[in-house]
Amino acid sequence: MRALVIAAALVIAGNAAAQQKQTVKLAFIGPLTGGVSANGIGGRNSADLAVRLRNEDPKAKYRYELVSLDDECKPNVAVQAATKAAADNSIIAGITHYCSVTAIATVDTYHKFGFPVVVWGAVLPDITYRNKYAEVHRVNGTMINQNDVAAKFMTGLGFKRWVIIHDTTDYGKAHDKYFTEYLTKDGGQIVGRFGVTADQQDFTAELTKAKELKPDVIYFGGLTPIGVRIRSQMERLGINAVFEGTSGIKSDAYIEGLGPKLAEGSLSFIEGAPWEKLPGGLFFTGKYQQQHYDQGPEAYGPFAFAAASLLMDVIDKVGPNRKRVIDELAHVKDKDSIIGKITFDDHGQNIVPLISKYVVQDGKWVLWEDSDYAKGKRKLK
Amino acid sequence: MDVGVLGQYIANGLMLGVIYALVAVGFTLFFGVLDVIQFSHGDVLTVGAFTALATYAALTLAGVASPWAQLAVVLLVAVAAMALLGALIAKYLVLPLRNAPPLNVLLLTLMLGAALRESVRLFYPQGANPKPFPRLLPADALALGSFSLRLDSVLLLIAGVGAIAAVHLVITRTRLGLAIRAVAQDAETARIMGIDFERVVLITFAIGSGLAAAAGVMNGLYYNEINFSIGLLLGVIGFSAAVVGGLGNIYGAILGGFLFAALQTIGAVLLPAIFPGLPSAYRDVFAFAAVIGFMAWRPTGLIAERTAERV
Repeated sequence: MRALVIAAALVIAGNAAAQQKQTVKLAFIGPLTGGVSANGIGGRNSADLAVRLRNEDPKAKYRYELVSLDDECKPNVAVQAATKAAADNSIIAGITHYCSVTAIATVDTYHKFGFPVVVWGAVLPDITYRNKYAEVHRVNGTMINQNDVAAKFMTGLGFKRWVIIHDTTDYGKAHDKYFTEYLTKDGGQIVGRFGVTADQQDFTAELTKAKELKPDVIYFGGLTPIGVRIRSQMERLGINAVFEGTSGIKSDAYIEGLGPKLAEGSLSFIEGAPWEKLPGGLFFTGKYQQQHYDQGPEAYGPFAFAAASLLMDVIDKVGPNRKRVIDELAHVKDKDSIIGKITFDDHGQNIVPLISKYVVQDGKWVLWEDSDYAKGKRKLK
Repeated sequence: MDVGVLGQYIANGLMLGVIYALVAVGFTLFFGVLDVIQFSHGDVLTVGAFTALATYAALTLAGVASPWAQLAVVLLVAVAAMALLGALIAKYLVLPLRNAPPLNVLLLTLMLGAALRESVRLFYPQGANPKPFPRLLPADALALGSFSLRLDSVLLLIAGVGAIAAVHLVITRTRLGLAIRAVAQDAETARIMGIDFERVVLITFAIGSGLAAAAGVMNGLYYNEINFSIGLLLGVIGFSAAVVGGLGNIYGAILGGFLFAALQTIGAVLLPAIFPGLPSAYRDVFAFAAVIGFMAWRPTGLIAERTAERV
C-alpha cells in the first residue's frame, strides 16, 4: 500500500513538473487540401512527429505545440495563413510551405512581421535568394543543383533529344529555365517546349505534337498530379520516350496514381543525401510508423521533421523569442539532422551539395545507384 | 503536318467532345425541366467515377476476374448510384427551392458541389491522391505511321455516342420523354394534363446524373486516372458547352461539347505555332474567349430553345 502511495505521488509530481514547462507554439504551413495534399499531410505528420518526440524528452526545456495551417498550394491562401501565424505572438517560428508558389508569395509577410521560418519543401531558388531576409531559411536545396545534376546525368546516359513540359507557375517555369540552361551546356537538344496549366486534365494535344518531334526524353517540370496524367497519356498515344521528372513527382502518390507498370522507369532528382540510408533516416521511419499516421511522410517529410527539430533545438537554446531565434538561426553550421548536416549560407539557404537520383523500379522509388537500371539489367525506354 | 498527326488530333478532339457532350446534356436536361442550373453536376461526375472505382475494388475482392463482367457491374452501379443521388438532389435541394430566386439554387448546388468534392477527398481512402483507374477495355493499338488509335478509345467513343443517342431516343420517342418535354414546355399545363410533375423532374435529374456517372467512368477508362477534382473543370466546360449550344436544347449541348473540344485542341496546337513562346496553357483562355464571342453573337445559344419565354 505504501509503495502504491509513493508511486502515485511520484507520478503526480512528474506530471506537475511536465505541466510547469512553458508551452511554445510552432506553426506548420503546407498544402493540407487539394491535389498535392498528400505531400502537405506527410510534411505535417513529420513535423508533428518531431514535436511529439520532443515533448516525450524530459530534457526538453519547453512543451511544444504545433499549429497546422493549410496553404492549399495557393499563393493568396498562403499569405493569409502566413499572416495569421506571424500575427499571433504566441507562435514563435514556422515550418513553412511545400509549394514554391506559396513559399515565394509569403517571404515578404514573414519579413514584415519578423517571423522566423524554415522552409521544408519548396525548391524555387528565389525563395531564399531573391531577397536577403534574415527571417527566411530553407533546409532543403534549390532546383538549381537538381537540374544541373539531372542534365549531366541524362546526357551522360546518351540521350540527345528532349521535349520539355512544365507547368506555368513560377515553379514550373523555373524548372524549365534551369534545366534548359544546363542541358544546352551539356549538349542536349530541346526540340519542343510546352507550358501547361497546373490543373490541366487533358494533354493529348500537347503530347501528339510532342510525339511528332520524336524526343528521346520527355522532361516534366511540375508536381505529381499532372505528372501522373502526362505519363499515363503518353502511353495512350504510344509515345516511346523516357519520362524524366523532378523532385516534384518524387512521391508515393505518383506510383500509386499510375500503377507500378506505367510508373516503371520514371526518373526524379531530389536534393539531399538519400535519407533512407542514413541512421537518422531509419530512426525517422521507425518512429513515423509507430504513430500510425494514415499517410506516409512522402519525399519531403524528413525535411519537415528536420526543420521542426532544428527550430526546437534553437528555441531550447535561446528561449521563445523571435529575434533571438533569428539571430541563432544565422549561425547554424554543420548541425546534425536526419537529412545530413545543415549549414545556412548568408541567405539562410542550407548548402546541400548532394543530389540523389531516383528511378521507379517494381513500384518503388529506388536510388539510381542501387537499381537494376544502373547495373544494366534493365533499360530505360 | 502529316495526315496521321491530323487524324490523331481529330481522334483526341472527338473523345474529349463526347465526354463534354455527356456532361452538357445533363445541364441542358436540368435546365429544360426546371430552369435551374445544377452546378454540382461536375462533382456528381466525380462521385460517379469514384463509386465505379470502389465497385471495382469490391469486385476484385469478391474474385470477379472477367473484365467485361467487371465493366458491366462497375458501370451499372455507378450509373444507378448517381441516378439516385441526382434524384435526391432534385427532391431535397432543388424542388423545395422552386419558387425561390434562381440564384439560391445556383448557390446551393455550388456549395453541394464543394461538399461532394471534399467528401471524396476526405472519406475515400487517400482520396487526395490521383487514383489509377483500371483498364477494363482491350488496349490493342492500331498504329499507322504517326497515327495511333487504341481499341479502347474507339469503344469509348462508340459508347459515348450510344449513350447520348439513347437519351435522345428516350426524350423524343417515349411517353416518358413526352412527359419531360411537356414539363419543359409548360409545367403548369403539364400538371393539368395529369402529368406527375415531381416524378418527371426526379426522373430527369436521375437521367442527367446517370449520364454524368457514365461520363465519369469514360473519363477514368480513357485517362486511366481519376482524382477528386476532375469534376470541377468538366463541370464548367460542360456548362459552357450547354450554354453555347443553347441551354435547354439537347442538340445544342452535343454541338457545344464538340465545339469546345475542337476549340481547345485548336488552341493547344495553333497558338504556340502562330505565336512562338506562347505556352499551350493558353488553350483554355482561347476556348473560353471564343465561347464569350459565340455568346455575344448568339446570346441564346447556337441552337436556341424553341419555346419562347413568356412574361
